[in-house]
Amino acid sequence: MSVLLIAEHNNKEIRPFTLNAITAATQIDSDLHVLVAGNSCADVAKTVSEIPSVKKVLHVDAPHYENFLPENFAPLAVKISENYSHIISSANTFGKNLMPRVAALLDTSQVSDIIKVVSPDTFIRPIYAGNAFATVKSSDSKKCVTIRPTSFEPAATSGGSAPVEKTDGAEASNISKFIKREEVKSDRPELGTARIVISGGRGMQSGDNFKLITAIADKLNAAIGASRAAVDAGYITNDHQVGQTGKVVVPDLYIAVGISGAIQHLAGMKESKVIVAINKDGEAPIFSVADYGLEADLFEALPQFLEELNKLNTIQK
Amino acid sequence: MKILVAVKRVIDYNVQVRVKEDGTGVVTDNVKMSTNPPDDNAVEEAVKIKESGKAKEIVAVTVGEEKAQETVRKALAVGADRGIHIKVDGIIEPLAVSKILQKIVEKEKPDLVFMGKQAIDDDCNQTGQMLSALLNWPQATFASKIEVKENKLEIIREVDEGLETIEVNVPAVVTCDLRLNEPRYASLPNIMKAKKKPIEQINASDLGVDTKQRIEQIKVEEPPKRKAGIKVANVAELVQKLKNEAKVI
Repeated sequence: MSVLLIAEHNNKEIRPFTLNAITAATQIDSDLHVLVAGNSCADVAKTVSEIPSVKKVLHVDAPHYENFLPENFAPLAVKISENYSHIISSANTFGKNLMPRVAALLDTSQVSDIIKVVSPDTFIRPIYAGNAFATVKSSDSKKCVTIRPTSFEPAATSGGSAPVEKTDGAEASNISKFIKREEVKSDRPELGTARIVISGGRGMQSGDNFKLITAIADKLNAAIGASRAAVDAGYITNDHQVGQTGKVVVPDLYIAVGISGAIQHLAGMKESKVIVAINKDGEAPIFSVADYGLEADLFEALPQFLEELNKLNTIQK
Repeated sequence: MKILVAVKRVIDYNVQVRVKEDGTGVVTDNVKMSTNPPDDNAVEEAVKIKESGKAKEIVAVTVGEEKAQETVRKALAVGADRGIHIKVDGIIEPLAVSKILQKIVEKEKPDLVFMGKQAIDDDCNQTGQMLSALLNWPQATFASKIEVKENKLEIIREVDEGLETIEVNVPAVVTCDLRLNEPRYASLPNIMKAKKKPIEQINASDLGVDTKQRIEQIKVEEPPKRKAGIKVANVAELVQKLKNEAKVI
């Protein structure tokens, strides 16, 4: 049977993690269909149809899908799921919010946040903030699976020409209402997909001091992250949080500044290719995962860091 | 209004979890256990709503082995009125927990069900959403602000892009983020008083819910260890290493 992936998008463009989820989905079964449901989202359906690994696009358009309320979205996914062996989405706040609702309606025990497809019914997923990896086998006839996006490469986006099938929606539920979304607009790369991430923790001491990090992020074309402590203290908004209950990032370079390295933070960044830690406490646990540790006062080190970067003839973008 | 708060007993968040040598799970013997952290936020929020006069009763519920009762007792010590402990041994999946909670909701008829957004042991992030699906109630997940209005809640949710505001009809299920509030500590007199508050014990098997595992845990292993790194002497050396050795900038 085919697999069904639920695409995440904003009615204009697909969100990048959909591409990573597509890669994982094709490892389960190559006959991949993608549900694109939204309001006036024909452009998204067309974009998805050009992804070579997609075999068919199911396009549903109705006003009550505009903001992806799970009370409306889950019955639609259930209605469409009949001919599929697996329902798949990314394990970010979109998929985490939606998929369990779909799974419960299908009486399926969901497999969350997989990092590897072993076979169509067996997966590896991190538990205990990534301190253990569990290999799990699902016995449900229809499986609901969410994918940790950073564990799979994004799928190629051009060259395909899958048919787009316009499909009817399900009824609106009217028990919940979307009011507004406050997005933090930024010209920087997205935290989840950036090649370089520089994060600040409680050691930054204030929101204003994050300008030291911003200057380096600008120079390196990096995304800005933060520990939970920094977000809780109000130094920076929640969309920057890296960790067990925030975002998981796997950049080529992760620079942790003034972050002690609690287990919960490490869960969100310890798979990064190269990790740098800058901290004045030489005993901080962050040094145990760092490739390069610098024991220094960040208020001296960060300006020096920028100065050294300015001396370089070229910087990779 | 009546609020049901679900709490889970997990390995304490400060414990460095170790994988058992035989690959069957993680070491839990002689390991400190606590209430799942965001479940504390769920209890706190219920207590605050009660203190504001908008709720009359708070019932704390847990599903798990004998000792799981400790988490209910803790909720009673910070302001829940009574407790329910659904006894079940072994691994129990979020789908089964949701079905058990559905039975309790049908019996208790709360207006709101609160719980943490995710348990820090299995990291599944499913139970609240599943429960609301089974009840056909709205869900408000990852809540960092809750405003009780007439027959409605206005909720600010933490999502990847930033913040989202939604309105849900009551009854509803809310899953709580760590930033929703600052959980209080129980005072000694309240801990003493909590000992006298009733906890009803129910065997999961008496609820007529299928709790059979659908997902077999084949093995649990340690993640690959990172190679030990080096300490650099100064910023210049760091930049030089990143440029010429790691080749990432």
